[in-house]
Amino acid sequence: MKFEPVIGLEVHAQLLTDSKLFCGCSTKFGSEPNTQVDPICLGMPGVLPVLNRKAVEYAIKMALAVECEVNRKSVFARKNYFYPDLPKGYQISQYTEPIAERGCLEIEVDGVKKTIGITRIHMEEDAGKLLHGEGPEDAGFSFVDLNRTGVPLIEIVSEPDIRSADEAQAYLKALRDILIYLGICNGNMEEGSFRCDANVSVRPVGAEKFGTRAELKNMNSFKFVKEAIDYEIQRQIDLIESGGKVVQETRLFDSAKGITASMRSKEEAHDYRYLPDPDLLPLMVSDELVSEVRSTLPELPRAKRERFVTEYAIPAYDAGVLTASRDLAGYYEQVVSETGEPKLSSNWIMGELLRLLNEEGRDVKDCPIPPSGVADIIKMVKGGQISGKMAKEVFEEMYRTKKAAADIVKAKGLTQISDEGELAKIVEEIVNANPDNVAKFKAGKTNVIGFFVGEIMKATKGKANPGVINKLLKEKLEA
Amino acid sequence: MDLTTLTIKELSEKLRKKETSSVEATKAYLKRIEAVEGKVHAFVTVTPDEALSMAEAADKRLAAGQGAPLTGIPIALKDIFCTRGVRTTCSSKMLEGFVPPYDATIARKLKEAGAVILGKNNMDEFAMGSSTENSAFHKTLNPWALDRVPGGSSGGSAAAVAALECAASMGTDTGGSIRQPASCCGVVGLKPTYGRVSRFGMIAFASSLDQAGPLTRSVEDAAIILQAIAGHDPSDSTSIDTPVPDYLASLNKSVKGLKIGIPREYFIEGMDPEVEGSIRKALDVLKSLGAELVEVTLPHTQYAVAVYYLVATAEASSNLARYDGVKYGLRTKEAGGLLDMYKRTRDAGFGDEVKRRIMLGTYSLSAGYYDAYYKKASQVRTLIKNDFDEAFKSCDVIATPTAPSAAFKIGERVEDPLTMYLSDIFTISCNLAGIPGISVPAGFTKENLPIGLQLLGKSMDEETVLRAAHAYELSGGWLGRRPTL
Amino acid sequence: MSIDKKDVLKVANLARLALTDSEIELYTSQLQRILGYVEKLSELDTTGVEPTTYTVPLKTAFREDRVKESLSREDALWNAPDEDRGCFKVPQIIE
Repeated sequence: MKFEPVIGLEVHAQLLTDSKLFCGCSTKFGSEPNTQVDPICLGMPGVLPVLNRKAVEYAIKMALAVECEVNRKSVFARKNYFYPDLPKGYQISQYTEPIAERGCLEIEVDGVKKTIGITRIHMEEDAGKLLHGEGPEDAGFSFVDLNRTGVPLIEIVSEPDIRSADEAQAYLKALRDILIYLGICNGNMEEGSFRCDANVSVRPVGAEKFGTRAELKNMNSFKFVKEAIDYEIQRQIDLIESGGKVVQETRLFDSAKGITASMRSKEEAHDYRYLPDPDLLPLMVSDELVSEVRSTLPELPRAKRERFVTEYAIPAYDAGVLTASRDLAGYYEQVVSETGEPKLSSNWIMGELLRLLNEEGRDVKDCPIPPSGVADIIKMVKGGQISGKMAKEVFEEMYRTKKAAADIVKAKGLTQISDEGELAKIVEEIVNANPDNVAKFKAGKTNVIGFFVGEIMKATKGKANPGVINKLLKEKLEA
Repeated sequence: MDLTTLTIKELSEKLRKKETSSVEATKAYLKRIEAVEGKVHAFVTVTPDEALSMAEAADKRLAAGQGAPLTGIPIALKDIFCTRGVRTTCSSKMLEGFVPPYDATIARKLKEAGAVILGKNNMDEFAMGSSTENSAFHKTLNPWALDRVPGGSSGGSAAAVAALECAASMGTDTGGSIRQPASCCGVVGLKPTYGRVSRFGMIAFASSLDQAGPLTRSVEDAAIILQAIAGHDPSDSTSIDTPVPDYLASLNKSVKGLKIGIPREYFIEGMDPEVEGSIRKALDVLKSLGAELVEVTLPHTQYAVAVYYLVATAEASSNLARYDGVKYGLRTKEAGGLLDMYKRTRDAGFGDEVKRRIMLGTYSLSAGYYDAYYKKASQVRTLIKNDFDEAFKSCDVIATPTAPSAAFKIGERVEDPLTMYLSDIFTISCNLAGIPGISVPAGFTKENLPIGLQLLGKSMDEETVLRAAHAYELSGGWLGRRPTL
Repeated sequence: MSIDKKDVLKVANLARLALTDSEIELYTSQLQRILGYVEKLSELDTTGVEPTTYTVPLKTAFREDRVKESLSREDALWNAPDEDRGCFKVPQIIE
């Protein structure tokens, strides 16, 4: 029997607000434990939550970007459970009435496009962190850091439309690109600001009913998401084929072993006893707020990619690389606007610039060369002031010293000799000094032209404009 | 002259005329506390040093002519309001040593107004009870009869005000916890509209019902305090953002033509004849002042207690989950890991009534029961709210007894939670509907126990409630009656 | 709907309360009585009635996204029953 997997993803994205969802504590990552806490996020007696407006705007932004319907009324509920990283004994989360529903996202795997449905987006607060000591005296204890408690999250829940680990990966990447484009999440999987759980089941091809699903957790990179899902699909198929049954459970991915393993079953089934949070009024979103947010929506990755291909006539591959981030795309567009050379600009950015940036792991935001610098180089090459080879040398120098291209060219005496009169004299000398090679040329061995070019370059210390030399040589030799 | 017998209004005038000082008044109250606290047990914590330094600061303000009506007035707070640097226990072992690093908004507002805080009043643990017998520390006794309860849950506040241990106290009212003890102790107790006064820093019992308000010796004093504590608080999402009227300005307006609704469901067969007699007489007084009595109906009244005990306990079960021995409060010596620590801590930290309500609330929210209990109760709550909307179409305020009987004997109802719950039968609907209500002394039983008249008003219409209560108080003949201790 | 000892135990566990046998007995009978009393709500037909959770006029309260000063770590941990190296210290979860 052939099986097909059915996969749905739940993504938690930390929103890039300055302060927490319900209090004014900073959301900065990596501070000393319990230095970003106040009575509210510590769940002290009598304190009350007040909703961060920006978090709501960000959630709406994401909702619009993935074509969700924004609910004009949504409700914060309390999800009750005990855990040391949850100071109030409940998490404030949207439950039956989320902020947005019914969206979709287009993905592409091996050139095939597919639309994945998005069930809902809801807002909630993050929990704190449990740390474990290393000393022998720490055995038997956990240590609670509540800095992360109350950081705003959105949870994006997909429909079970995904049919392979590759699709899951493509969906996650597309989702992450959008979040980053919107500037509402930094997408960092290692720090946990972009987290994913996967519901995986298998069913015989052609069957309509879903199989029993397992929930996979602990996949903190795209690679692990793929590995975990692939492993889980095979595990379920093997299990069914050997006469076993899949049980509904949570399984953790063990990246060292590349397997998923059942979490030991809790002594009780979860019973979260949801109730509407009486401390927060329902979240009412006005039409004005939605249109206000809509007006701030940037062009999204897919649209931008398609526009680059049509507007600049660059290959789809180039467009894909250049639109990988909003900053890079913006950089590219500025270079093009100054040079009027879409393909040359793309070549320079994808070749030299990204190479230098990648070597240092730098972001384009921190690039020492401004777009106008790249444009200068391209214009100089185009105008024949410097050769392509020189240009690369100048470019590296610009990158390291932040000096302007013209200054470097001048200081190094790199200006290319393009003056026909000056070069004609040198051509004349070299041609006259090598009559045997002139004869060879005339006899049809036109490749000796390379010899002449080499000699002229030697004589000019490489500064001669190759285009001009070629033209002059041909005129001289064919005369 | 004994400064402790004065109302806020009277003391405030003397302070402004420099006939006395806040330090003098504060010392008089501290002396009174020393004298009677051994009988009444109305406080959990008395803070004489802090009080005296606040009094000194108040005297400076008064000397500079910058006094507000509450400047220099010695008051107390129910121990449910967080006070920065002063332990706040909610009368629970769970919070016995808890020192908040913040002030409740009303504590801050009262301090800013220049009030002197004498200490923190005893209460039923986490405000759960109608007798203050559920305090983890000690029982508070009724100053009118020391073998009787002062009511609850703000019983310490009511007793302290009646026993002249403070000029006023702040209480909280979830199902009658200000009005019922006020009635039992012969003082005035006002529960404002839900959202009129900030809940920030007030330890939550049932968040959709809790509201803070004053317990005072006169309606005018209640108006003075409400003026200082009412208003929008950006730290409380459920706080109402509309301007605060001048409550004192309308206080003395006549009640002529005011329509007072008498709900037939509150005057039922079998009710205590002494209570009924006093309330009927009080209504006659209001009628003689020109008010018009009209019969109204609140048909879902009989369901209020059931709705209340489902809604309040469900919210409480969630609100009290934070007491887990991790961040603050009690932790028992752990034995077998985290789960064991949780369970033992909560078992040791909470008293019987609190545990019972957590159990009920947890049960009614648990899988499979939500619709039958919590949701059903919330729907009936709508019907109860609608009853009031309908009734207020034909009247301006509604008058009822505050409690079905005068203060009962200590220990009389502890064995039977349900009977205890029924003590709140007349006060609960007001919280469910979110409307304002007041209890004002309206007579005494043959045993010299106070009886309270309850007046309920339209949402945000504290002015009319206060005006009617004030008019009655001036003509009722009970103002200034004090217990002998 | 009636509640029995098994339910009470389950609920006690959900609420993280270690109840003694006599408490279980007591709560079972008291909760039975209270639940019997609230049963009267089922007399009412509430089909189509919106539940009331909020008695205040509906309007979302927002705050601006501004960072306010946090507590000092000392104040944050001041009331902690046990703390170590800037963290709240708790017994480990034993499954």
